[in-house]
Amino acid sequence: MGKRLVLFIFSFLTWLILTWPVDLQHIIVGLAVAVFIAAVSGGLFIQRVHHFRQPTRYLWFCYYIPVFLWECLKANIDVALRVLNPRLPINPGIVKVRTTLKSDTGLTFLANSITLTPGTFCIDINAKEGILYIHWLNVLTKDTEQATQLIVTKFENILKRIFE
Amino acid sequence: MIEIIGIIFIIIGLLFNLLGCIGLNRLPDVYSRLQATTKCVTLGTCSILFGAFLIKGISTTGVKALLTIVFLLLTSPVAAHAVARGAHKSGVKLWEKSVCDQYAEDDK
Repeated sequence: MGKRLVLFIFSFLTWLILTWPVDLQHIIVGLAVAVFIAAVSGGLFIQRVHHFRQPTRYLWFCYYIPVFLWECLKANIDVALRVLNPRLPINPGIVKVRTTLKSDTGLTFLANSITLTPGTFCIDINAKEGILYIHWLNVLTKDTEQATQLIVTKFENILKRIFE
Repeated sequence: MIEIIGIIFIIIGLLFNLLGCIGLNRLPDVYSRLQATTKCVTLGTCSILFGAFLIKGISTTGVKALLTIVFLLLTSPVAAHAVARGAHKSGVKLWEKSVCDQYAEDDK
């Protein structure tokens, strides 16, 4: 029941934003649509309902957004400079990094964050062993531990507090 | 005033999209090209949408632009991941000067 309620709230809020400005007709249709979505896909998306009742997770998420946006901006300037440089200073390769995150949501956010930050993007995940395969535009180290330090750690520490 | 800031955001966005396209042309292989396109084009498009939000304010158009930013940030890395994984599984080679491919080593 809790799972469906959380999904209902999410889809209803999204509907309200999508049909802004709020008025009675939109609210009525939105309620119907959100109930339908929650009834059909209830247990698929949300696994651990008790996480939604812990306010510290929301605070960490608010902290995560500016950190992520800053990294994202740095990533763009870095890639842009490499692309514009006439000598094209790239040194690409696929490296392996480890993560301690276990939940699906956490891994998804980690992979998405890595993809949108400096010169790295996620090719595949081995969730069982906690391994991410990362394509790195400028490989600084082939060693798994060092690469983990450089790429994963800064996001992992925050995401662990949000999703685990 | 707010409109000028919005236009500046749109110009920055167009610039990043242009850089993404230049990267798409200049970089050597599928994976490096995906780097340029996912990063620059995602931030560029988000910046254009944010500029549109600043110009339109909290209205029908503006709020939809904000919602689109959220969806874009969630979906564009997933698309890049799908393309890259598909390319690697179907045997697209890395650039010959690439340093290492630990994914292929583990896949055997």
